[in-house]
Amino acid sequence: MTGLVVLIPIALGLGLLGLAAFFWALRHGQFDDPDGSAARILIDEDD
Amino acid sequence: MTAAAIRADALGHTVLAVPGMHCAGCMSKVERGLSALPGVAEARVNLTSRMVTVDHDPAVQPRQLVQALADIGFESQTRREELTAPPSAAKPLLAPLAVAGFAAMNVMLLSVSVWSGAEGSTRELFHWISALIGVPAIAYSGRPFFSSALGALRKGRTNMDVPISIGVLIATGLSLYETITLGEHAWFDGALMLITFLLAGRVLDAMMRDRARAGVDALLSQAAQGAMVAAPDGTMAWVQAANLAPGQIMRVAAGERLAADGEIVSGNSSFDQSLLTGETAPVLARAGDKVLAGTLNLEAPVDVRVSHAGRDTTLAEIARLMEASTQNRSRYVRIADRAARLYAPAVHTLAAITVLGWLLAGASVYKALVIGVAVLIITCPCALGLAVPVAQVVASGALMRAGIMVKDGSALERLATVDRALLDKTGTLTAGKPQPDPAALAALTPQESAIALALASHSRHPLSRNLAEALIAKGVRAAPLEQVEERPGEGVFAICNGTATALRRPDNADAMGVALQLGDAPIRLLPFADQLRPDALAALARMQALGIECSILSGDAPEAVAAIARQTGLTGQGNARPADKQDAIQRLRDAGRKVLMVGDGLNDGPALAAADASMAPASASDVGLQAADMVFVQQTLLALPRAIKAARSTMSVVKQNFALAIGYNMLAVPLAMAGMVTPLIAAAAMSLSSLLVVGNSLRLVRAAK
Repeated sequence: MTGLVVLIPIALGLGLLGLAAFFWALRHGQFDDPDGSAARILIDEDD
Repeated sequence: MTAAAIRADALGHTVLAVPGMHCAGCMSKVERGLSALPGVAEARVNLTSRMVTVDHDPAVQPRQLVQALADIGFESQTRREELTAPPSAAKPLLAPLAVAGFAAMNVMLLSVSVWSGAEGSTRELFHWISALIGVPAIAYSGRPFFSSALGALRKGRTNMDVPISIGVLIATGLSLYETITLGEHAWFDGALMLITFLLAGRVLDAMMRDRARAGVDALLSQAAQGAMVAAPDGTMAWVQAANLAPGQIMRVAAGERLAADGEIVSGNSSFDQSLLTGETAPVLARAGDKVLAGTLNLEAPVDVRVSHAGRDTTLAEIARLMEASTQNRSRYVRIADRAARLYAPAVHTLAAITVLGWLLAGASVYKALVIGVAVLIITCPCALGLAVPVAQVVASGALMRAGIMVKDGSALERLATVDRALLDKTGTLTAGKPQPDPAALAALTPQESAIALALASHSRHPLSRNLAEALIAKGVRAAPLEQVEERPGEGVFAICNGTATALRRPDNADAMGVALQLGDAPIRLLPFADQLRPDALAALARMQALGIECSILSGDAPEAVAAIARQTGLTGQGNARPADKQDAIQRLRDAGRKVLMVGDGLNDGPALAAADASMAPASASDVGLQAADMVFVQQTLLALPRAIKAARSTMSVVKQNFALAIGYNMLAVPLAMAGMVTPLIAAAAMSLSSLLVVGNSLRLVRAAK
């Protein structure tokens, strides 16, 4: 039982961390151009 | 000037649409090509919307950017202000989906422990944690459903969101009550899972819509958005269409579209009015004649005095006609909402009967209410809510891969019912651009073809460009030329291997065509005509096989319509003005037919908006693209029967989905009414029926074949 007191907050905290990361990405325009992001990785940045 | 030398706050912004970008290579070419220009700080491509945003020195003119892109082989247009940021339908739903998904997973974790036998204080603790996560998450991520349901109820109607909202709210309320009174069952997991599934379906649906809209937006604004204006003192300046004023003199080069209505002051030329009236034959105009905005100057530069600009042009008049005719469309009730009209009263009656039945059988009020609520929770239309959007997403995706963009969610539903089609002639049945006569082209010797291609490639005249395209398609290589000279209104003149050659307008200008002259050899005449689209006949035959009667409705002269009617075996009506086309559709609708309108021109706009469903080719005018439900990108007219077939199979899958969802309810409802449903059974049944519906919809992946 005492294990739960530690483990549940940890599980929830990790989940919330993921959620916060998603919100950050959403607010910083990471989902503005899904096709472009997929293609951009193929561009050689040699200059 | 380098990028660093420009102060960030002094930058100008320009957004260009580049419809030709489709891969990583294009992206880097466009970005590097623009960044290399003097005065450009940064260029950033958005591949999803096929646009590039350029930060540059205010001194850099958008025209220079367009020219720079043309030099590296990309066609582009500057965006009008109001079109730069099309609102995304998917984005506002992403955050609620993330919250619902997070909460559903965590609550499910706790629920599984409860189902597998957690007792006493552990269960109570888990219920409380579930409530702490679930209640705020439901309140936040359920808003799209609640607000839509509230909107429908306010107008005295119901839609699918009404039973969904009632189910979710009642499940949450009961669970909260059970948690506080330390009861046995909490349903937070079911409510959250329902919201997650439904939001996922809607996000996919909205993303598909966004993509189609972005694709269409990239095609928009082919009409001239401005003109070179000659001031009285002789200086020339580029003026945007919105800032043109009556009385100004525009200088319109050959190959340019007019930005405003006006009267020719000097010069004579012929004008292509096909987008405006559907007429294919160019109209000759000389000093004193009136010319209209949106028409294409074909031959020689002319000076035009602006008579009407902006909102007063013929174009704007057509736009007003269109606005009036969109009401038909908004009165259409989508199939999901029609289903909800039957479904909602049915389940609410069932729940009421259950409560009454248990009360009569002698159960306590609390027990009867709990069982009644369980009936409402189990009938909450999760699978029903997914039945339509998932099928449409899969079908729209298949159609998009086949080059057909579905702009509106209800378009597939409306298209499936169509039994009559009206086709515009110019640009729809035909390719809409004059092509050289294939027989005359085949009669050219290889040397003649090579010189013709070389000459044609030196001109911006539409006939020359089409000739060059046709010759390149035949595999012809251009011959080397010297002393090339293009004389406006006459043609291209050059020397090839010591002989004088020319590609010029024919001496008798009765028919459309060009003359090829090689030294003293007899002149070769290449007649041009608007040709039927490839596969037009096969497409029409397939439409017939689908039980759809087709006919032609065109603004062109009756003789031109009759010629195409003979070739296709359809009946046709010519000389139809925009209002006539609208009336023709209204008459058919009044006779109980469901009408599909296919057209491209400005003159088709009102008809496209008035018909039950409408399609336009990608080459259509802005008005046509905006008014149509679907836009097809490829040249072939086979897109029509393909889209109709896909729409019909989508509707049959939707109906199967409804049958699956209702079948699940017929199994689960008796259990619920008997008071035997637990949260575990509800969660298992709901996800199973949703998966069935999604799996069934995936069969539509090949719908557009």
